[in-house]
Amino acid sequence: MRKFRLRVWLWRAGRACVAALCSASAVFAAATPAPFSPTNIFAPDSTPARSIFRISAFVLEITGAIFVVVFSLLAYAVIKYREPKDDDGHEPAQVYGSNQMELAWTVLPVLIVVVLFLSTAQVIHRVQDARAPADALQVTAVGHQFWWEYRYPQYNFSTANELHVPISDPGHAVPTYLGLLSADVDHSFWVPRLAGKTDLIPNHPNTTWIDPHQTGIFLGQCAQFCGTAHANMLLRVYVQSPDDFQSWVHEQEQPAVNDPSTAAGRALFVAKACFACHTIRGTMAAGKVGPDLTHLMSRDTIAAGILPNTPENLRKWIQDPPAMKEGALMPKVDMTDEQLTQITAYLETLK
Amino acid sequence: MAADSIAVPLPRTESRSLLLDWLCTVDHKKIGMMYIVYALIFLVIMGCEAILMRIQLARPESTFLSADAFNRLFTMHGTTGIFFVAMPILIGFGNYFVPLMIGARDMAFPRLNAFSFWMTAFGGILLYASFFTGGSLLHGGDAPAVGWFAYAPLTSPAFSPGHGTDFWNLSLLLAGIGSIGAAVNFIATVLCMRCPGMTLGKMPLFAWMNLVTGGLILVAISPLTAAQLMLMADRFLGGHFFDPAAGGQPVMWMHFFWIFGHPEVYVLIIPSFAFISEVLPVFSRKAIFGYPAMVAATAGIGFVSLGVWAHHLFTVGMPSYGNAFFVLTTMVVAVPTGIKIFNWLATMWGGKIRFATPMLFCIGFLFQFLIGGLTGVMLATAPFDWQLNNSYFVVAHFHYIIVGGILFAIFAAFYYWFPKMTGRMLSEKLGKWHFWIFVLGFHLTFDFMHVPGLLGMPRRVYTYQAGRGWGVWNMISSIGVIFQAAAILIFVYNIVHSYFRGALAGNDPWDAWTLEWATTSPPAEYNFSSVPAVRSRRPLWDIKHPEDPDWKYE
Amino acid sequence: MSATPATFADEAAELRPLSRGRVGMWCLITAESAIFLIFVIAYLVYMGTSLDGPTPKQILTVPVITTICLLSSSATMHWATSALRRGKLALFRLFWFVTLMLGTIFLVGTGREWHRFIYQENFTIHTNLFGTTFYSLVGLHASHVAVGLIALATVMILALFGKVKQEHSERCEILAMYWHFVDAVWVVVFTVVYGLGR
Ligand code: HEA
Ligand code: HEA
Ligand code: HEC
Ligand code: CUA
Ligand SMILES: [Cu+2]
Repeated sequence: MRKFRLRVWLWRAGRACVAALCSASAVFAAATPAPFSPTNIFAPDSTPARSIFRISAFVLEITGAIFVVVFSLLAYAVIKYREPKDDDGHEPAQVYGSNQMELAWTVLPVLIVVVLFLSTAQVIHRVQDARAPADALQVTAVGHQFWWEYRYPQYNFSTANELHVPISDPGHAVPTYLGLLSADVDHSFWVPRLAGKTDLIPNHPNTTWIDPHQTGIFLGQCAQFCGTAHANMLLRVYVQSPDDFQSWVHEQEQPAVNDPSTAAGRALFVAKACFACHTIRGTMAAGKVGPDLTHLMSRDTIAAGILPNTPENLRKWIQDPPAMKEGALMPKVDMTDEQLTQITAYLETLK
Repeated sequence: MAADSIAVPLPRTESRSLLLDWLCTVDHKKIGMMYIVYALIFLVIMGCEAILMRIQLARPESTFLSADAFNRLFTMHGTTGIFFVAMPILIGFGNYFVPLMIGARDMAFPRLNAFSFWMTAFGGILLYASFFTGGSLLHGGDAPAVGWFAYAPLTSPAFSPGHGTDFWNLSLLLAGIGSIGAAVNFIATVLCMRCPGMTLGKMPLFAWMNLVTGGLILVAISPLTAAQLMLMADRFLGGHFFDPAAGGQPVMWMHFFWIFGHPEVYVLIIPSFAFISEVLPVFSRKAIFGYPAMVAATAGIGFVSLGVWAHHLFTVGMPSYGNAFFVLTTMVVAVPTGIKIFNWLATMWGGKIRFATPMLFCIGFLFQFLIGGLTGVMLATAPFDWQLNNSYFVVAHFHYIIVGGILFAIFAAFYYWFPKMTGRMLSEKLGKWHFWIFVLGFHLTFDFMHVPGLLGMPRRVYTYQAGRGWGVWNMISSIGVIFQAAAILIFVYNIVHSYFRGALAGNDPWDAWTLEWATTSPPAEYNFSSVPAVRSRRPLWDIKHPEDPDWKYE
Repeated sequence: MSATPATFADEAAELRPLSRGRVGMWCLITAESAIFLIFVIAYLVYMGTSLDGPTPKQILTVPVITTICLLSSSATMHWATSALRRGKLALFRLFWFVTLMLGTIFLVGTGREWHRFIYQENFTIHTNLFGTTFYSLVGLHASHVAVGLIALATVMILALFGKVKQEHSERCEILAMYWHFVDAVWVVVFTVVYGLGR
């Protein structure tokens, strides 16, 4: 009976602490101006990231307090008990221990640990065990060495490297649930302002979710070492208003534009074996090794976020991918300058 | 007072060359020294690797190193640091001082001891051979580039062609066998070789902690050995343990690795605790506070540490109750660790603290370990870790403990025991320079390393984009390394210089209390000319204070 | 300090030191157990998850006879060492030899099983996850039996030359600890591979 009451008490204490902190940190977050960095974990903009932020602030305060106390004791001891200059040479009184004191500094940390654990467990449960509502957007993210594939099973298309999701404001909550798979080695999906990271591991499907509260571009990058170009496997999440998102979806669902003026480039795409690795819907290219290029021109960047998607960059990329991104798994394909121009021109029509 | 400890050199029946003397030795002191020197060489090597990495990271989009070179460097830096710097140096000190402190003639199995050392030594050499086995040296040869925890399936032949991964695997397998041998020896020595009167409860804490470390090594290294055998089966025999295409589970490697990896970090910290527990009382001029609690806390840490491994895996998608379980076990470790911190503080409390160099490093240890431990508690908060995992915050956390804690404890041990090992004092003046410059460099590098982690910078990136707000912090970190390197140069100079020119130490320069100070400096080959007998934890205190000996109170 | 040694002679006598050989062997056994534990876990995790055949049910036959041999070798080993302790050298040699033979039968049995798998069933470590875990777990155990047999044979040869005497019984018992451990591991491996896994 007594034990049970203790537990209730501790639950309540933990909850009260969390509640106090929530309000404190909400004030703090509201008062924070522009984030210090586009990937600042202390500038959350989505529910899971906010829950994490609150428990983080709580833990920071507790550990900060412990630091202040223990450091003060240390500083006091060092200053107070230094050997005097005119020491008489006698040894100080020898003390071998004290049961009361040792009990005190065992029990106190135990209590702190219990509080920390309970508040942590709560947040774990809240973030991890949240159920997807029926109207949630489902996206499957597949990690590849060294780029991201995004499949939209509800809409039947897939794209690469730039994830588009709708805003989820309190009035109209549309969270996005991400299934996380890997095509080769381990990767990790980390967009700090939206959610904590979750790994993409072969044979170990994972999920995570976000519900961004603001439109805009959120950055992140692969957070599990996955080979040579791990550093250049960047993440970009585009949060759009419901209308913008719908029109983006509509655009992506279309097959590729077929502009007869770039037929030469289109033929080269087959002749140079690009089609073996890339998909362009509406053509015979259906490769799965590289990013889907059907709407390449709707993307701001290429090569997993490291290069702005400009004609020059595109050309340079096709000319020698590993030179632009060390370790990229797209081979250098031999082409004349003219062929390069033709194929780039073709790609530029893939709006 | 120590009449019985004057060395009488035994007549040498055969004269061998000095080199052969060392190569064939089975004497625990020589083996201990070899471990230590070997580890110091690797410390400088891995430090140079760190310098190269820090140059590359000082500015965004730097092209100083290629991606491959950088990835090899951090793999080699981390692997070397854990297996060929920290482990051997700690085992080395243990080897030298456990027998001396318990009044034994040698370790329990002298030949096994030599074998263990040479396995470890060979492992390190094998690891570094990888630099020279193909590929351009500029890009790191064929050195492994899979990170020190070598997650599958990056280590499979498909993603790691060449032999870098095999070098990593084989060298750690050998070093692991060496460590297990050393652990067997520590346990048998402590349990079977104590001098008359030294019950378990009267052993110095140093011996206790090495005993626990030994036990931890036995159950921690073996899982790594097993996992590495599996990796070998995969790479050499076409097995599928970690092959997703055949249904294998890469997550299994993660668990196996950390079932080793987490206890491993306590294998490193407990011997460091052992150094602090010997040095700190002597320079506070008080007996250790709460000896039984210290022993219990050590055993407790060792025990609990076997059940916390998955706090490295909060982001791999364990069920929520699994995550919660490992949050709890991990945080529980803070309790016995806290007991230690408070007992050390209580030991200083009311003492007469002498600020000799060993004590300075002890105080540095306490301060930095406290912070490193508290950042550990932040990481243990699973949701917080979803953000911090694999970020520079983690890198800062563990360098805070490994460099700010373990390395500081090792330096304390050097300044404290060097006189015993060589018969000469290290220069106090240089020691203080070493201390203050290293403190400065350490804090510049690792304090500021927390920040990019909080700003979303992942670890193991050879480059990063400008505009993320990470540049300044990385620059400061890199500048700090200059000071660390300078301090270590001073330290190395101090060792070499003092070895030849240092002031003579005498048997007991620090007015200390454990048995090693009762024999000559350096001790004769047979350690003690007559087997000492003890009645308390501080036998030399009893002798020095016959009016108020310890054994009356214990 | 000079006065100290003599005073505690009686106290020292109370402390009967542990045998370091035994402690060392216990340590080794602990470490080895951890290795086997990891392999057993891997076996259990992958049980029934192979993507293609053959399955354990299709090809494994329970090695009853060799198992009986190996387990009874623990008994003969025990008789051998207790004979040595009592100084009955001939009896010791006899039981030691029987132990050696029983162990050899076991190893030959494993060899024949493997031969059949590899050459008739085309089942190797490369075939599927079952193959990978089966060969490595059973192979790890077999390699321990082999090491044990080499050690047993060495002692046997020494014994035949009359070099093993009563005063060596401690060492033989330490070796026996290892042998009993290898037997005990087989109980686990057998249960997992031929019991649960089939
Ligand atoms: C020897 C080194 C060492 C030591 C001693 C520790 C100690 C601790 N470590 Fe650390 N750790 C590492 C080395 C070490 N660690 C390394 C190398 C890695 C990364 C590996 C890699 O990924 O490459 C790592 C990573 C790591 C992670 C994984 C991070 C990630 O990858 O996402 C976590 C998570 O829980 C963690 C937690 C802890 C905790 C809780 C402790 C605790 O033991 C700390 C306990 C101490 C204190 C808490 C301070 C003193 C206590 C008090 C004053 C009492 C009062 C306090 C409370 C009640 C809280 N560590
Ligand atoms: C014992 C363990 C240990 C030690 C001592 C250190 C010491 C240092 N470490 Fe390291 N480190 C690890 C263990 C250790 N580290 C591990 C396990 C990893 C993870 C690896 C992985 O991710 O797989 C890691 C990773 C790691 C990284 C992250 C790499 C990445 O993720 O991309 C960085 C980056 O700054 C770093 C820096 C440093 C620095 C600056 C030091 C400094 O303290 C070093 C100071 C020493 C010196 C500076 C040497 C002095 C040299 C001389 C005196 C000679 C001078 C001569 C010339 C200049 C010619 N370490
Ligand atoms: C062997 C497979 C392969 C072949 C052949 C190949 N590519 Fe690629 N391609 C890739 C991969 C893999 C990437 C992703 C690289 C990265 O970001 O790391 C890629 C990326 C690209 C991109 C950037 C896409 C984006 O959104 O980031 C373009 C454009 C591209 N390829 C065009 C081509 C063209 C044109 C050809 C033929 C000349 C070609 N590819 C041939 C594998 C291939
Ligand atoms: Cu993908 Cu790192
Ligand atoms: Cu850990």
